[in-house]
Amino acid sequence: MTPLAEIRGLHVDFPGSTGWQPAVRGVSLVLGREKLGLVGESGSGKSVTGRALMRLLPPSARIRAETLRVAGTDLLTATPEAMRRLRGARIGLILQDPKFSLNPVMPAGEQIAEAWRAHHRGSRREAREAALELLSQVLIRDPARVFAAYPHELSGGMGQRVMIAMMLAPGPDLLIADEPTSALDATVQAEILRLLDRLVSDRGMGLVLISHDLPLVSRFCDRIVVMYGGRVMEELRAADLHAARHPYTRGLLNCLPRLDAARQRLPVLARDPAWLEGP
Amino acid sequence: MIEVRDLNVRFGKVHAVRGASFTVAEGESFGLVGESGSGKSTVLRALAGLVTGWTGSMSMAGCALGRRRDAAFHRAVQMVFQDPYGSLHPRQTVDRILSEPLIVHRIPDADQRIARALEEVALPRAVRFRFPHQLSGGQRQRVAVARALIAGPSVLLLDEPTSALDATVQAEVLNLLADLRAARRLTCILVSHNLAVVAHLCTRLAVMQQGEIVETLDEAALRGGRATHPHTKELIALSRDLDGTG
Amino acid sequence: MSAPFSREWLLSDAPESRRQAAWGQRYQAWLAFRRNGLAMAGLAVVLLLLAMALLAPWLATHDPGAQNLGVRLAPPSATHWLGTDELGRDLWSRLVFGARITLGMVVAVVLLVAPLGLIVGCAAGYAGGMVDRLLMRVTDVFLAFPRLVLALAFVAALKPGVESAVIAIALTAWPPYARLARAETLTVRNADFIAAVRLTGASATRTVLRHVAPVAVPSLVVRVTLDMSSFILTAAGLGFLGLGAQPPLPEWGTMIATSRRFILEQWWVPLIPGIAIFLASLAFNLLGDGLRDVLDPKQR
Repeated sequence: MTPLAEIRGLHVDFPGSTGWQPAVRGVSLVLGREKLGLVGESGSGKSVTGRALMRLLPPSARIRAETLRVAGTDLLTATPEAMRRLRGARIGLILQDPKFSLNPVMPAGEQIAEAWRAHHRGSRREAREAALELLSQVLIRDPARVFAAYPHELSGGMGQRVMIAMMLAPGPDLLIADEPTSALDATVQAEILRLLDRLVSDRGMGLVLISHDLPLVSRFCDRIVVMYGGRVMEELRAADLHAARHPYTRGLLNCLPRLDAARQRLPVLARDPAWLEGP
Repeated sequence: MIEVRDLNVRFGKVHAVRGASFTVAEGESFGLVGESGSGKSTVLRALAGLVTGWTGSMSMAGCALGRRRDAAFHRAVQMVFQDPYGSLHPRQTVDRILSEPLIVHRIPDADQRIARALEEVALPRAVRFRFPHQLSGGQRQRVAVARALIAGPSVLLLDEPTSALDATVQAEVLNLLADLRAARRLTCILVSHNLAVVAHLCTRLAVMQQGEIVETLDEAALRGGRATHPHTKELIALSRDLDGTG
Repeated sequence: MSAPFSREWLLSDAPESRRQAAWGQRYQAWLAFRRNGLAMAGLAVVLLLLAMALLAPWLATHDPGAQNLGVRLAPPSATHWLGTDELGRDLWSRLVFGARITLGMVVAVVLLVAPLGLIVGCAAGYAGGMVDRLLMRVTDVFLAFPRLVLALAFVAALKPGVESAVIAIALTAWPPYARLARAETLTVRNADFIAAVRLTGASATRTVLRHVAPVAVPSLVVRVTLDMSSFILTAAGLGFLGLGAQPPLPEWGTMIATSRRFILEQWWVPLIPGIAIFLASLAFNLLGDGLRDVLDPKQR
C-alpha cells in the first residue's frame, strides 16, 4: 500500500532580521490511512509541518525536502493549478476557530454547498441536498436550520461541525486538523473528537491531528509524533505513551497537574540543548 | 475575608451571573470552575470592580464593596489576566508597567522594589527594560504576576492564568503561584476551566453552569469524585479520561 | 561597564539604569529610523527648511519687501536668483523669509490641533455614554461646515492676520483628529491592559493621558503630516482673501495667490513658492511615515 503522505528531510525556514530562521529542521514522516497526532509546544514546528503538507505557507518561506508527497502528488514540483485541485479535493484543513475560517456574510449551508459544487458537477439543488446530508453526517440534529444560519449565529462546537462538513464535501483522502478543539469547552471537545474519529474510520481517511495537548492526542490517535524545536523527538504508538523514553515526552507528561493525585510541586522540564542537535 | 451574596450581573438582556453566593476565608484558595459562558470570569471581574451593573452584596474583610472602589481596595486586591499578550501595555517597558502601581499608591524606593519584584518571579534583570513583545508567553505572565504583587496585596484574583500557556510553562507558573501564595499568605480566587489546575492550587471550589453556582465542594471531594451535580460529574469524568493516559 | 553614551552603553542588552535604558531606546529608534531612506530624506529637507527659516536674514540677498518696479517679473538671473515678482521684489529673499511665516503657522496649527483632538477624542472614547455623545455631536457640528468657510467666519469675527488665521485653521481642523483618537481609544478601552491599569487604582485622567492616549499618538502623527499641505493651502486661501497673512508679508500661499495671473507668461513666479510648499509637505509626510514606524516598538 502506498502511503497517503510521505515527508522526508523537510526543512522550512522563514526570513528573520538576522538571516533565515529555521522552523522545521529535517522532519521525516510517513502517513497511512490512520490517525496521526503531531504534538509539541508553540514554536515546535508542528503547525508549519502540517501546513507544508498543503503547501499553505507564506511565499517568503523557504521549503526544502528530499520527498514531499501527498496522495501521489509531488508537492515540490506541483503547479499552482495542481495544488489547488489537490487542496480542495484530496486534503481538507480544519483550523482552531471556525469564527475566523467561515465567511461571516454567507449562510453556513451555502458555504458547504459551494465547497461541494467546486469539486462535483451538479445543480444548485443537488448541492443543497448534499450539504444537508453532510450536516446530518456531522450529527447536527436540525440541518435545515443550521443550513440557513450565519456563522455568528452558531456556537463554537456547531461552527466547528460546519467546518468539518465543509471539508468533507469534496470527499478528501486526508484531513489535517490544526488544534480543532482548543477553542472549545471540554464537553464539546469530546463530542467533536468522537465525531472526527467516526468520520475518519467510516470513510477510511487519513487524519493528522496537530495539538499541544499530549493526553488528548494520545486518547484519540493511533500514532504520535512528538516535536520540539522543529525536530521530531520521538515517534510512538499512542498505546505505548506511558512507556515513552524521550525525556522531552516524559517531561511533557509529568508537568501536568492531575486530578487523581495531589502533588506539592509540578516537575519542571529541563530542556537539553542536545535535543536540538541530535542525529 | 471575602463574602459574595446573591450576586447578579446583567449585560443588557444577558443575565450573565444568577444569584451567586460564596465565601472565601483568609488565606484560602478558592476555585471557580465552569465552561465558557458560565459566568465565572464575570464573577471575578465584578469582585474586582471592573464590571458595573451588578446587584447583590459583596464584602471584603468585613467592609461592603460599593460601585466605586477606593485606593485601599486597589492596594489590597489585584488580578492576573488570562491572556499575557493582552494584559501588558504594548508600548510600555516592563519597568514602566511595574512602576505604575508604585506611582499610583505613592510607594517609595521604586527602583529597588521593581528589582526585587522581578527577582521574586524569577525573571532575569535584563528583562526589566524590554517591551512585552520581546518576551515569551511565560515571561509575560510572570511580569503580570509581579505587577499584581508589587503593591503588596492580600487578595489575588486569577483569571485563567495559565490557559494560554504551554503545558511546561504552565507548570512553572503554577509552581510560582503556589510559592508566592504560601510566602505572602495570599487569599486567592482562581477561575479556570481546567479541573486539574484548580485542584492543584485550591482547597475549595464552586462549579458554575449558565451563570449559576451549581455545586460547591472541597479538593478531597473533587479528587475522590464525590460530586452530586450531574454537570460536575461530567466535568470530572472528562478530566479523568485525559488523566488516565499518563 | 562601558562608558556612558558609547555605542556599547547604548546598545546594552541589560541596561543598568532607567537613564541608560531610555537613551538606549532612543538610540535604537534612531538606528531604525536611519534605515528608512525616504524618512531620512524627509528629515533632511525639514531640517534644511528650518535652517532656512532661522537663518533668513543672512541667506536673503535683498530686502523681501523692497520693491523695484523697473525689474518686475524678471526671470532668474545672477542678481535675482529666482527672479522677481510683479512688484519687482526678489523672489529668493521672499521665499526665505516666507519660510518663517509659513512654517511658523503650520507648526502653530499642529501644536494646537493635535493635543486638542487627542484629548477630546480619548476622553469621549474612554468615558463613553453621555460625555461621548456630547463631544461627538460638537465635532459633528464642526465637521458639517466646509473648512474654509468656517475659517473665514472665525477670522472675520477676530481680526485679519497671521494669529487669527492660525486660530481659525486650528478650530476647523481638530474634529477629524478627535474622531481618529476616539476610534483608537475604542479599540483599547476594553483591553486587559487598561483593566489592569484601572485595577491599580489609577484615576481616569491618569489612565487616559498616560495609557490610552499614547496608543492613539502614532496614527495622529501620520494624519498631521498628511494634513500639513492642506494647512498651508488653507492659510494661502485665507491670505488670498485678505484674511490671513497681510501683504507685504511674504507668506508662501499668499505669494502663489497674488501671482497666479502670471502662470502662463511668467510661470516661475507662482511656481517657485509652489515648489517650496510641495517640498515641505512631501518632507513632512515622509518624516511622519518614518516616525510612525519608530513610535511603534513592535516594528523594531
